[in-house]
Amino acid sequence: MSFNIFMQNVVNGLSLGGLYALIAIGYTMVYGILRLINFAHGDIFMLGTYFLFYAVAIFHLPWWLSFILAIILTALTGVLTEKIAYRPLRNSPRISLLISAIGVSFFLQNAGIVTFSGIPKAFPRPDIFKKILIIADIRIQIVNINAIVISLLFLMILLYIVYNTKTGLAMRAISTDTETARLMAIDVNRTISITFAIGSALAAVGGILWALKYPQINPLMGIIPGLKAFIAAVVGGIGNIPGAMVGGFLLGFTEIMLVAFLPRLSGYRDAFAFLILILILLFKPDGLFGKNVQEKV
Amino acid sequence: MNKKKEQLLTLIFVILLAALIWLAQNYFDKYLIRILNLGFIYVILAVSLNLLFGFTGQFSLGHAGFMAIGAYTTSLLILPVSQKEMIYLIEPIIWPLSILEIPFIIALLLGGLFAAIAAILIGLPVLRLRGDYLGIATLGFAEIIRVIANNIPQVTNGALGLKGVPEYTNLWWSAGFAVVTVFVIKRLISSSYGRALMAIRENEIAAETIGVNLTYHKVMSFTISAFFAGIGGGLLASLLTTIDPRTFMMFLTFNVLIVVVIGGLGNLTGTIISAFLFNFTLEYLRPIENGFSLIFFSVPKIPGLRMVVFSIALLLVILFKQKGILGEFEFSWQRIAQIKNSLISRTSEGGEL
Repeated sequence: MSFNIFMQNVVNGLSLGGLYALIAIGYTMVYGILRLINFAHGDIFMLGTYFLFYAVAIFHLPWWLSFILAIILTALTGVLTEKIAYRPLRNSPRISLLISAIGVSFFLQNAGIVTFSGIPKAFPRPDIFKKILIIADIRIQIVNINAIVISLLFLMILLYIVYNTKTGLAMRAISTDTETARLMAIDVNRTISITFAIGSALAAVGGILWALKYPQINPLMGIIPGLKAFIAAVVGGIGNIPGAMVGGFLLGFTEIMLVAFLPRLSGYRDAFAFLILILILLFKPDGLFGKNVQEKV
Repeated sequence: MNKKKEQLLTLIFVILLAALIWLAQNYFDKYLIRILNLGFIYVILAVSLNLLFGFTGQFSLGHAGFMAIGAYTTSLLILPVSQKEMIYLIEPIIWPLSILEIPFIIALLLGGLFAAIAAILIGLPVLRLRGDYLGIATLGFAEIIRVIANNIPQVTNGALGLKGVPEYTNLWWSAGFAVVTVFVIKRLISSSYGRALMAIRENEIAAETIGVNLTYHKVMSFTISAFFAGIGGGLLASLLTTIDPRTFMMFLTFNVLIVVVIGGLGNLTGTIISAFLFNFTLEYLRPIENGFSLIFFSVPKIPGLRMVVFSIALLLVILFKQKGILGEFEFSWQRIAQIKNSLISRTSEGGEL
């Protein structure tokens, strides 16, 4: 493989990894607080792309406004799903919560088919995202560079919120011990809503970048990226925010490199991530950066 | 009510069921027979998933994977040799599959057996995981099976799938295996093994301290469940006559999950009712999804609508009625006798019904 193509794959892998990282944050934050694998997160990601699509292609709003609107609407949907489907079950067995999440996911997918139709739609791309950059014979799609920059930017904002604001402190307190946090006068419900809002907003950013990179959207598009981002969160140690970021970049990078170096195995691309998942769960269930929690009687 | 009388009642019930099936197979129209077939196959799938889910408390999302193993095994073994020569367009089928053609029942049982073997292999490591992690790992396993089926065209014909699988599945087969499944799983959960499984469901650590071998019992439950999922997959393949890797996407597992949750975790009667309820509703909602026209107006096609209905039903049950449609009620002759007695005593007291 020539150096040029290798570099293209590196950029491609990093941009895919950035997207996985953005989605993985939502899984890991929700898991940290509710101990729930939010199955519907991948479908929230899908909704983000459709909100943008409708804003740009149907209502002809300017791009910057559509972008903000799509993020806000997606965040609201995320908060709403938690209020309707997860909050009433907070004291039920965890299995019920998980089934509820699967129900929400199934509902969003099929409601998506009903309202948006199952036929894939071509996602509008502003010209700036279509350009190809050529640096010393290395051809790089601008969209990949943008994806890396934008995802890093949003990840920074997130880290700032979580580690430098009061809300972030409340989130970390709840994920350590919900009951004690409540006793310290932290508004648990409000903080959980904010967590869902932030996670869903990042999923929307990831979704929009995803659709700019692979410009075709359909109501089932969230399933596979969602599952892979979840795997990224597990790789990084679920509940651990920097871990999810590293896991996302790692997974995206390895996936692209696997296909690049072993094109014979490209048919197994989707199985590869699941294999990693099963291996990690078996040999290092707390992920690369997670802390070991032993269950007590 | 003594044991002999119960056995007699069960025998009468089975004979009545057989008579009904004979009637249905010979006089009902094809469409209705097909729905009933699907209903019985879903009984097999849902009851076996409920063993794992409702009785053992293990959250597995790998049912579609085991069904795929059963379906492919059965189909490959019953496909006529001439048909195999015709459909393998990408790569020719490998020997010995190319010349094999065996009776349906043996193919079905082999399908179940292979699914069970896969369950032991995957279950031994994976069942150490708890709750939602197990769900994701088994979901991953099912997806891996599907991806493999897509990538070995010399065995599975890849993405083209298998066409022209002989349609052996009829009500005798589907209902017969449904009865066997319910019988075996009912016997299992009433035995000491069943008590151990339920102990694991309630509290793993407590169960282990009173001497329940966790690995052994979990793997056993997982394997039996997978065996019946394999059989169900085989029956389904021979009913649909066409299968390809997309048949076994995770939506299939979700369908079975919906049936189990609506029927009630750990409730066999509810699961059986909900299996038929699911398939009949699915079929009778089809016209709405395909669009129809009345005299004055026409309703356009709304694809996806049926699954919206079912996902809402799933959410409503899990949010408001976690025990399922029947609540605590579970069918048994004892229970029926109790209800009858209470009705009789009420009427003899002169009260109103």
